[in-house]
Amino acid sequence: MNSRTEAFLAALLALAVLAAASTTPWLVFVLTLALAKGIAVLGILLLLRAGQVSFGHALFVAFSAYTVAFLAPKLGDATLLLPIGALFAGVLGLLVGLFVVRYREIFFGMLNLALSMVFYSLLEKLYTITKGTDGIRVPAATFLGRTLDRHGYEWALLLTALALAILCAVFARFYLASPMGQALSGIKTREARLEFMGVSARRVLLSAYVISAVMAGMSGALIAMTSRHVTPHLGYWTASGELVFIAILGGAGGVIGPFLGAIVFELVRVYAAASFADAWQLILGVVLLLVILFARGGLWGMVLKLCGRRA
Amino acid sequence: MSEVLLSAKGLRLAFGGVKAADGIDLDVLDGEFLAIIGPNGAGKTTFINMTTGYLKPQGGEIHFAGERILGLSPRAIVRRGIARSFQLPQLFTEHTVLENAAMAVAAREGFFSALKPLLRPAWREEAMDLLARFGLTAIAGTRADALNEGARKLADIAMAVALRPRLLLMDEPTSGVAASEKMEIVERLATVLRDARVTAVFVEHDMEVVGRFADRVAVWSQGRIAALGQPERILNDPDVRREVIGIETGGRHAAA
Repeated sequence: MNSRTEAFLAALLALAVLAAASTTPWLVFVLTLALAKGIAVLGILLLLRAGQVSFGHALFVAFSAYTVAFLAPKLGDATLLLPIGALFAGVLGLLVGLFVVRYREIFFGMLNLALSMVFYSLLEKLYTITKGTDGIRVPAATFLGRTLDRHGYEWALLLTALALAILCAVFARFYLASPMGQALSGIKTREARLEFMGVSARRVLLSAYVISAVMAGMSGALIAMTSRHVTPHLGYWTASGELVFIAILGGAGGVIGPFLGAIVFELVRVYAAASFADAWQLILGVVLLLVILFARGGLWGMVLKLCGRRA
Repeated sequence: MSEVLLSAKGLRLAFGGVKAADGIDLDVLDGEFLAIIGPNGAGKTTFINMTTGYLKPQGGEIHFAGERILGLSPRAIVRRGIARSFQLPQLFTEHTVLENAAMAVAAREGFFSALKPLLRPAWREEAMDLLARFGLTAIAGTRADALNEGARKLADIAMAVALRPRLLLMDEPTSGVAASEKMEIVERLATVLRDARVTAVFVEHDMEVVGRFADRVAVWSQGRIAALGQPERILNDPDVRREVIGIETGGRHAAA
């Protein structure tokens, strides 16, 4: 797909989000969360390019969300909280990454899972600091020093999420076309060759890992400010699984896939939860099954087919 | 062509009871094409693996251009100017031939640039030029997993050459290549390497190829170098013919 078509489709998706949000006010919240998750899934996509699946990236989402929750009473501005959350997640990503990029495939996935569950336990058990499963309320952030009413606050967050989503998608597109990005799939197909060309496969994977952690951090900061309440559940393994689920649903073939997947995921969840109460997980499961069986390229792959090109 | 580029002294390595290297002494001279022949299991590939840092010998020394390289990682050794190609071509199978070549150019030029595309004009041009020298222009856009064996071998070697090594180690560059295209491929390869002034060590089973392209031949046998010298002498040596060539090829292509 050429970049112009992709940019056009991205603009179309962004307009659809804005149109849906302005016609259906309660969707503002849902779509903000969807875009935030999409940013984290974009990070998962980078690792998927290297054939590595992290089942623990909710660690970085939760780490950043709690960072925001702790700092919000003191540094109440979104323009400070967002970059700080992302930065902290990135630093944690570097520390964790130095360890996990030594492993591949199931070991990589499970190590990520294990570390995220350690953090989850800490959030849950260190009650005096984290308030355990009760979680922490996050005060409404200001935007560039301005306090907004509820409507304005929600819209400000939606637009911030949208802007960040676009920024991250554009960055990821450049990154994937660069030698570093291209080498990710080299790790999947012929890692030894990279070493014999003098390139450190670990460093290639570590770079992608840190970027994915920063993206998960942005996601976590947005989620904390949007839901205004953080709980350990943000870092639970099901939350990590959800990110992988969305990555498969949306399709790993392009940078729009994660956002398409996240939006569909959240909408299906909201509508299915409203209409079928406890059966929404069943519905999501069936949707994923259908995607895996009949549309390996995910929703983005379907879009590509509709556009007349091979996924 | 007299300066020693690679010097191996007393290399020893055993896998269990099998001596893959049992006191290998070999000097590779700058600019020469040195062929390594010998039966399977004689330790030919082990020598390449030790020289490129993939296997660590249990004893001995390796110097390259005067510098000790024993114990260095494969990456560090590549950066010092030793590249290798593989018996089973190691291509990035999800990438096109052009992208594979460009990856190698990128590996040499500076890989860690996150925002400029791999196929930036300068690197694309260099990769295309490289492919042209190897006669691979027509398949530049073909995915590596869709190539025939001859093209995969050449692409594999092209990637090693893109690193601009001083020494290139090739593990059976013609194995699996159809007999009809073998000589053409080797001819092309020799031209590229001579033009680029690359010293080459290659493991080879085809004595016609050896006779035609090697400046010197080293005969490997049970982890030792049984004979070393000019191809005319080595390939006509009765012992070598019986021990190595006879076993390997049943007497075909006995001499050049």
